[in-house]
Amino acid sequence: MKIKILVFTVFYLISFYNISYGANPEKVDQISKNLRCLICQGQSVYDSQSDFALSMKILIQNKIDEGKNDKQIYDFLKSKYGEWIVYDPEITKNTFLLWLLPLILFVFGAILIIRKVSIK
Amino acid sequence: MVKNIKLISVVSLVIVSFFILLKGLNKTNNYSPDLNSSKIDFNFKARFLYSNEETTLYELINDKDFSIINIWASWCLPCRDEHSLLLNLKSLDKLNIIGINYKDNEINAKKFIKELGNPYSKIVVDPSGVNSIELGAYGVPETLLIHNKTKTILKKYIGPLDDEKLAELKMIIKNEN
Repeated sequence: MKIKILVFTVFYLISFYNISYGANPEKVDQISKNLRCLICQGQSVYDSQSDFALSMKILIQNKIDEGKNDKQIYDFLKSKYGEWIVYDPEITKNTFLLWLLPLILFVFGAILIIRKVSIK
Repeated sequence: MVKNIKLISVVSLVIVSFFILLKGLNKTNNYSPDLNSSKIDFNFKARFLYSNEETTLYELINDKDFSIINIWASWCLPCRDEHSLLLNLKSLDKLNIIGINYKDNEINAKKFIKELGNPYSKIVVDPSGVNSIELGAYGVPETLLIHNKTKTILKKYIGPLDDEKLAELKMIIKNEN
């Protein structure tokens, strides 16, 4: 029994050590989830293990250590890599349709339903 | 009549999607950004490959009129291909070629230079890749042409140089002052 407890404790400690060692700080995760990994299609910087993404995570950590806030970090990366790097695009003349189309479709659907109901 | 409208709308939808996809075929998959700011308004510290001294980006691009920053690594095969073109550029007087050794083993990097020749006036190392990200780089190889006085990036090539790009680089250097 004592051995069992000992083995269990050791395993517990090892797993705990790995978790605390392997994970990025929460803030880095949070920011890197919103960034597109530009060289690995369809992945975020958070998900990717490419050289580009790994360096990017270090850079984000450095910027946080320098005292930069989220917006400053996003702006910095946008100025280097363009709007494409963030998953949350701003409303510009190129992206307004992206933002407005769901709304238009929603209103259109609502009109259809109301008409159908009122006809009955 | 209702059937007709349905048919027409389905057919037109198919046709429209077909043309959108057809247009998409001609676009390249590689995304290259429009540079919002080509001005270099940051400075980073880096260590030289051949000594333990540190330098900064501003110090590196201080000499001559133009600088080429070439990001390379010994493990990168296309870098090997473009190396002779960089050696070719070395002869230009107005130009200062700086190498950033990206995420590399320094022994291998030195071997690479010994084997293929050294086009660089200075080489700094970037073991974490952070300095390259600061420059807006994607990976290796990548080449930036910088106007030293105004500290602006005039041209950026993602991927290896070729004869065409080399000619373009020479043109820009010749025409700008």
